[in-house]
Amino acid sequence: MRRALRSEQGGRIDRSKPLDFVFNGKAMQGYAGDTLASALLANGVRMVSRSFKFHRPRGIVSAGVEESGGLLAVDHGTGLQPIVRSTQMPLVDGLRAESQNCFPSLNFDLLRIFDVTRSLWPAGFYNKIFKWPNWHVYEWAVRRAAGLGRLPDGARSARFCHMNAHCDVLVVGGGPSGLSAALQAARAGEDVLLVELDVEPGGSLLHDASGLDGQPPLAWLARTLAELQATGNVRILTLATVVGYYDCNVLTIHDRVAAYRREDPIEVFWKVRAGRVVLATGAIEQPLMFGNNDLPGIMLAGAMQKYAGRYAVRCGQRVVAVINNDLAWRSVLALPGAGIGLDAIIDSRHSINDALLDQAREHGIDVFPGASPVAAAGSTAVRKLQFRDHDGRARTIACDAIAMSGGLSPTLHLYSQAGGRLRYDQRLACFLPQECRQDVVVTGAANGEFATPETYNIGSRKPSAANSSVQWVDFLHDVTVSDVELACRENLRSVEHVKRYTTTGMAADQGKTSNLNALTLLGELTGRSPGEVGTTTFRPMFMPVTMGAIAGVRRGEFYAPAKRLAAHDWHATQGAVFEDYGGWQRPAYYGSDRDACVRRETLLVRQAAGLFDASPLGKIEVQGPDAAEFLNRIYIHSVPTLKQGKVRYSLMLNENGIIIDDGVFVRLADDHFLLNTTSAGANAIAAWLEEWQQCEWPRMELVINPVTSQWAVVTVAGPRARDVLCSLAGMTDLSTQAFPHMSFASGVFEDGCPYRIQRVSFSGELSYELSVPANRATGFFERIWDAGQPFGIGLFGIESLMILRLEKGFLHVGGDTDTTSNPFDAGFGRVISNKRGDFIGARSLQRAEDRRNDRRQLVGFEVVDRDAVVLAGAHVVTGTGDARRSEGFVTSACHSPTLARTIGLALLERGFERGGEEIQLYDQGRLVTARIVDARFYDPQGERMHG
Amino acid sequence: MLRLDCPFCGTRDEAEFRCGGDAHVERPGQDVSDATWADYLFNHDNPKGLHLERWCHVFGCGQWFNVARDTLTHEIHAVYYMGEAAPERYR
Repeated sequence: MRRALRSEQGGRIDRSKPLDFVFNGKAMQGYAGDTLASALLANGVRMVSRSFKFHRPRGIVSAGVEESGGLLAVDHGTGLQPIVRSTQMPLVDGLRAESQNCFPSLNFDLLRIFDVTRSLWPAGFYNKIFKWPNWHVYEWAVRRAAGLGRLPDGARSARFCHMNAHCDVLVVGGGPSGLSAALQAARAGEDVLLVELDVEPGGSLLHDASGLDGQPPLAWLARTLAELQATGNVRILTLATVVGYYDCNVLTIHDRVAAYRREDPIEVFWKVRAGRVVLATGAIEQPLMFGNNDLPGIMLAGAMQKYAGRYAVRCGQRVVAVINNDLAWRSVLALPGAGIGLDAIIDSRHSINDALLDQAREHGIDVFPGASPVAAAGSTAVRKLQFRDHDGRARTIACDAIAMSGGLSPTLHLYSQAGGRLRYDQRLACFLPQECRQDVVVTGAANGEFATPETYNIGSRKPSAANSSVQWVDFLHDVTVSDVELACRENLRSVEHVKRYTTTGMAADQGKTSNLNALTLLGELTGRSPGEVGTTTFRPMFMPVTMGAIAGVRRGEFYAPAKRLAAHDWHATQGAVFEDYGGWQRPAYYGSDRDACVRRETLLVRQAAGLFDASPLGKIEVQGPDAAEFLNRIYIHSVPTLKQGKVRYSLMLNENGIIIDDGVFVRLADDHFLLNTTSAGANAIAAWLEEWQQCEWPRMELVINPVTSQWAVVTVAGPRARDVLCSLAGMTDLSTQAFPHMSFASGVFEDGCPYRIQRVSFSGELSYELSVPANRATGFFERIWDAGQPFGIGLFGIESLMILRLEKGFLHVGGDTDTTSNPFDAGFGRVISNKRGDFIGARSLQRAEDRRNDRRQLVGFEVVDRDAVVLAGAHVVTGTGDARRSEGFVTSACHSPTLARTIGLALLERGFERGGEEIQLYDQGRLVTARIVDARFYDPQGERMHG
Repeated sequence: MLRLDCPFCGTRDEAEFRCGGDAHVERPGQDVSDATWADYLFNHDNPKGLHLERWCHVFGCGQWFNVARDTLTHEIHAVYYMGEAAPERYR
């Protein structure tokens, strides 16, 4: 630390607690109470990083949220994080910081070439060059050069969580105005939440020595905090930023109070619902536009005062002030008292308050009223300033820092997010709150109360005229005055268009120090007042928030917690490979070699018996006097004609006639049905049935009860399936005479375990689905496993099930159908013409469009070259060259182990009338010839499943 | 983020509910014209201001009910049962 830069006393730093940190590999020291920015300044670091586009030198500009220069990559113990505002980063021991956007080093950066060739890269350059031969030739290089900072490799070790809160009053900002508002509400007995983004409440009181209510600022602060605490109904969050203001007074907070501690760092994201909101968010000082106004060493005047008062840091020895208002005079006149040499004040206004002039004279400061800055000069830090005095004479003054101020702009981002309208105040030269529908008040500097027009006297913030040096508007996105001028010449007038064309205000700071200058300049150029130009729309987040904080604990395996089968562990011991199917972790196959396992399992079901866990199958019970009639309106098949103990397969349509689900349903009793839905549709269909019953047919008497997770279901399929199940003690008579295909029975095993059994088949083999209460699943699977050993039973997973069903041409809703498929397209035309009465989707199927015969219809195909591979998604094409077009696409395909050839289903225009035709499939760049055949590839008469 | 008064459970946060769109949409019979049917299926108002809509308390009692809501101010004017007519002044 350079002694000369840190005052011996004063400030809110703890000189007894020195902290070590590293900047670009160099060891440095600061104190507890420092920010990273103040510590860097105290160590004499001027240039801290490089800019986004032109890689120009960047230094610390501000002391708060508006920082545009000191954005660094920082590791405070949880991994390197890019774009951290050094002005808001409390210094912690062992912190490591690195410059961004420079290679190989901060001082020698190869991409400075962009700055030298700057005239080639004006606003919108990417729309103007990179045209020949096409963008993709340049894309790789541009993408490598673009971006601010680098993403860390892998996940940070930080923890994140969410909190919710309610309060009567949410006060945003813990400066004097916010504290006063909190105190008033607390005295009235209201439950108050006060949110301060700094490490402690106090705001300007912490660095500005001028008194408040006739008291020394720190005494007022201590008394106020004590009283707030004594009321017992005030919560104060520090190091927490209100980042979003939504409808119904819901606000979000990014809380970093525990983020920087060594042990168990954690970031918290709050969602707060407030009765009313007080915005005491202060105001942000704006820069002035002059040549090279982005050089390190040029800072906001208020920031320089804050570094002196709060951190005891001297930002320069020979400072020149470039300002246009009386408040900034107050800031810079405080500098000499902090041991900072202020050489000159350059003010664009011609007449200046005599009292201020007297003070300047006392300190021996040269004052240049009516003068305008032309350009600063220096390579990596400012060394001198050229300006014109009130007579227009060019002058130069040496300096090592410039304190600039173009006046204040109230921080109304949250007010605007809340839906509040702004108005431009001519005399304060800034936007102020006008009206908002939500229950919110704005107070203090945010409400323009930082000064009266008489004690402010703000002058012009026009850029300096006829300047040969580049004047910067947006320091973070490297946008210049000439960029805005170019946009105007190209006839862009809307502030939103100019923003997007020049990218001003679109950087990581969202224009906190550039928007007002840009829109004022735009107004000048187009003959409009700033009020007429208006602001761009403010949107959440007010400040960048770590993605992890927004995600909270919902990441990794908690992002979408997987559902597990009741017998999951048992499957695991049997070698199951689990994959995600509609949110369920289900066995895809058993073993290690995927293709070999799937083939073995498929043949096992065809030749002996297979066991499959079908528990996720949707199960919904519908019971009541009107159940049959209700379901008759749901399914495309007739429901009342179904006899007790029998099973029927059907489709559900939406009101537009599109297939949304399929499955069997059982009549358990005259007024009691059990519906099976697809596994993926289980929850949605239950909710959908409820909606129809409650909203459309509320007078129907019935109850809908989803029971999917109550029952574990095992499918036993294959020629030996009956033999396996008959050996279970207590099993019902399964002979074909007593229990033919599409039958249902329930019973109790000898050990008292109840069961339900239905003879249905998705594999085309003799097949039973047997259900027991879910908590009995594992024991039950073991028992069938044991019983099946003599018959050669094995396990099969979803992958082989999907092959078995494809060999039979059975429909897989959502795979073989899409959001345009109606029952005609899937071959259910006869069912529709036989159905009597209304059902959901019925009227839509009467439309001519739904009955056209050139719709895409579901057909089977086999490839001519038996073993050629075809994947689902391949298109059926006709014609060649430019005339080639798609007639449809493959919805399912596999190489059938049973038939030893590639088969599949396709949605094909006029498919039903094209049996036997040869078609061309375009699959991943090659053509495969296939023939349209009966989709019942295997056992077309269904003898096996009926046997 | 709204707060809704479920008529069965009381005041709850919007996250517990699902909005089901227009309330009081009448399902036409089978014998209507294609145009009428298309109106029922696809053509719905998207008003700025008062909107009668149906909501379901999905993470609660699972019941559907009607809400008269202002889409601009988010004010909830009335909550009433499914099958009930909207209060006179919100029709």
